[in-house]
Amino acid sequence: MNIVVCVKQVPDTATERKLRSDDKTLDRDAADGVVNELDEYAVEEALRLKEAHGGEVTVLTMGPDKASDTIRKALAMGADKAVHLVDDALHGSDALGTSHALAQTLKKIGFDLVVLGSESTDARTGVLAAMLAERLNVPQLTFANKVEVNGSAITIQRVTDYGYDRVEASLPAVVSVVEKINEPRYPSFKGIMAAKKKPVEKLGVADAEIDAAQVGLANAWSEVTDFAAAPPRAAGTIVKDEGDGGAKAADFLASKKFI
Amino acid sequence: MSEVLVLVEHVEGQVKKVTLELLTLARKLGAPSAVWAGPGYSAEAKAKLAEYGAEKIYVADSADIADYVVAPKAELLAQLVSSASPAAVLVAATAEAKEIAGRLAIKIDSGVLTDAVGIGEGLVADQSIFGGGVNVQSRVTKGTPIIAVRPNATPVEAAAGAGAEEQVSVAVSDAAKVAKVVERVKEEKGARPELTEAAIVVSGGRGVGSAENFSIIEKLADSLGAAVGASRAATDAGWYPHQFQVGQTGKTVSPQLYIAAGISGAIQHRAGMQTAKTIVAINKDPEAPIFELADYGVVGDLNQVVPQLTEEISKRK
Ligand SMILES: Cc1cc2nc3c(=O)[nH]c(=O)nc-3n(C[C@H](O)[C@H](O)[C@H](O)COP(=O)(O)OP(=O)(O)OC[C@H]3O[C@@H](n4cnc5c(N)ncnc54)[C@H](O)[C@@H]3O)c2cc1C
Ligand SMILES: Cc1cc2nc3c(=O)[nH]c(=O)nc-3n(C[C@H](O)[C@H](O)[C@H](O)COP(=O)(O)OP(=O)(O)OC[C@H]3O[C@@H](n4cnc5c(N)ncnc54)[C@H](O)[C@@H]3O)c2cc1C
Repeated sequence: MNIVVCVKQVPDTATERKLRSDDKTLDRDAADGVVNELDEYAVEEALRLKEAHGGEVTVLTMGPDKASDTIRKALAMGADKAVHLVDDALHGSDALGTSHALAQTLKKIGFDLVVLGSESTDARTGVLAAMLAERLNVPQLTFANKVEVNGSAITIQRVTDYGYDRVEASLPAVVSVVEKINEPRYPSFKGIMAAKKKPVEKLGVADAEIDAAQVGLANAWSEVTDFAAAPPRAAGTIVKDEGDGGAKAADFLASKKFI
Repeated sequence: MSEVLVLVEHVEGQVKKVTLELLTLARKLGAPSAVWAGPGYSAEAKAKLAEYGAEKIYVADSADIADYVVAPKAELLAQLVSSASPAAVLVAATAEAKEIAGRLAIKIDSGVLTDAVGIGEGLVADQSIFGGGVNVQSRVTKGTPIIAVRPNATPVEAAAGAGAEEQVSVAVSDAAKVAKVVERVKEEKGARPELTEAAIVVSGGRGVGSAENFSIIEKLADSLGAAVGASRAATDAGWYPHQFQVGQTGKTVSPQLYIAAGISGAIQHRAGMQTAKTIVAINKDPEAPIFELADYGVVGDLNQVVPQLTEEISKRK
């Protein structure tokens, strides 16, 4: 099975994240770049499927040069090779542009299964997997907490507000995963060393047959017109429980008309 | 006045509160047209939608719309966008509705904004990003704006609309029938409101100590008519089901009141609850970062404080 995992580099949530004042896009220099957490679960799931069914795992990322750190981490976990979509023309792409670029690349490199995280921690749009399914005209199997492949049949459990739906489809397909699907492995020392020798192919917009008029900030379907840091919350009242903490909290709730 | 399509969220035939919020918002932007997709439509649903301002109600209540993942609903909306030429399409910022919005955006070649907390003049959306740290204004520059609005961001107001019903026949395409829902499994959730919709959320964390002890969190929640949430430490430990996790990799909630018990307030937890209007924290560690956010904090053992609070609330009702 030919599995492609989409992995995004995001600013570390633990550092202060900012937008750039010049073009209002994500300030990638302000914070450390890390692998989007859910994408580690996506890589893990791809590796498990490969271990069970054979095949190959390719990592695909779209991002600036420094996103190669993200690729290396996925390769160290055990992915076989990587494609790095990197081109200044891609800077500032919105979800439609990003999905166009990734879909074109996926068509070019071929796949039986595409695995993504269900949401990134920076933009959090949660639309990419659905958009890829739409663009590639393949089944959308998203928000999976369980994936089973049997020949060309694929079944997932799609997490819902009330529990889950069991969804059936056949390959090729797009899957997105939630955090409870597995426990991602740590790269071993051997894995880290091996990753250095694994092939990473760099593609630009023209190489991947991406329509330059559909990507980049200037061609985006949406724009940020303004932004500002949220005003800090006013300091609250902190009391120590001296046997009456619950009652005091109730007084507070009553003062705010919650009870 | 142009139509504004509002995709109705419904469960077991009941219109969800977020839809009333979207209708309230849509009234400022044009003439609200509710779009009902999937089975369960009733006179009661119609009355509710009209009460909150739906001028039109498009009804596509065949079963096959809901029997396949997301794609049929995106097809339905695309069809309505082409026939009604609305000023905008509003959906709730829930996991599934955002996916519908995403597929629709591609079908109609239009921009999509997710997680709006308000929409103003010129269809400029307010978004709260980076866990509530930055406020952004954004707008769609190509096509028909598709905006996913966060539940609980808009106060609901009734204002009757005509509620003219229009049946829509959709032939779900073969392309949209490739991911079939073969079983729906409902996990016990009791009578509590849904997490993202609830006006009050009571969450427990590692400090709760066990699955059994989550009953004290549930009792407090029930005394307030609240939903129950949990930190990742609690869901990872298996003390509470994953779908109740609040935070960066869980649900984002913006209730009127958020009570955090035995939760330290890690940045990833804060990312999912920071925009709550009022925050109350109960934690035995006075240095816990959750107190930096709290409007009211009690430093103490939750095993004492939470039951006492529950009792006080019941007494004062
Ligand atoms: C704060 C912020 C808000 C934004 N809001 C919007 C908006 O409202 N509308 C809009 O159209 N765009 C928006 N964008 C732009 C958006 O971030 C990019 O288009 C992005 O590449 C895709 O969105 P996402 O990360 O939210 O995708 P999600 O759908 O949340 O990500 C799901 C998965 O897609 C995969 N993935 C995402 N990006 C890449 C990538 N570059 N390379 C490889 N895999 C990837 C990963 O597996 C990821 O887990 C926003 C950006 C920021 C920084
Ligand atoms: C990429 C990433 C994504 C994440 N996503 C999420 C997410 O979506 N949601 C989330 O919640 N976390 C998330 N986390 C985890 C997050 O970093 C924290 O580990 C988690 O929130 C901690 O949960 P907690 O506060 O319950 O536990 P702890 O941090 O262990 O805190 C427990 C608190 O309980 C207090 N306590 C203990 N006993 C008592 C008692 N008897 N009475 C009163 N107080 C008591 C302690 O003083 C302590 O402050 C994520 C982490 C990463 C790296």
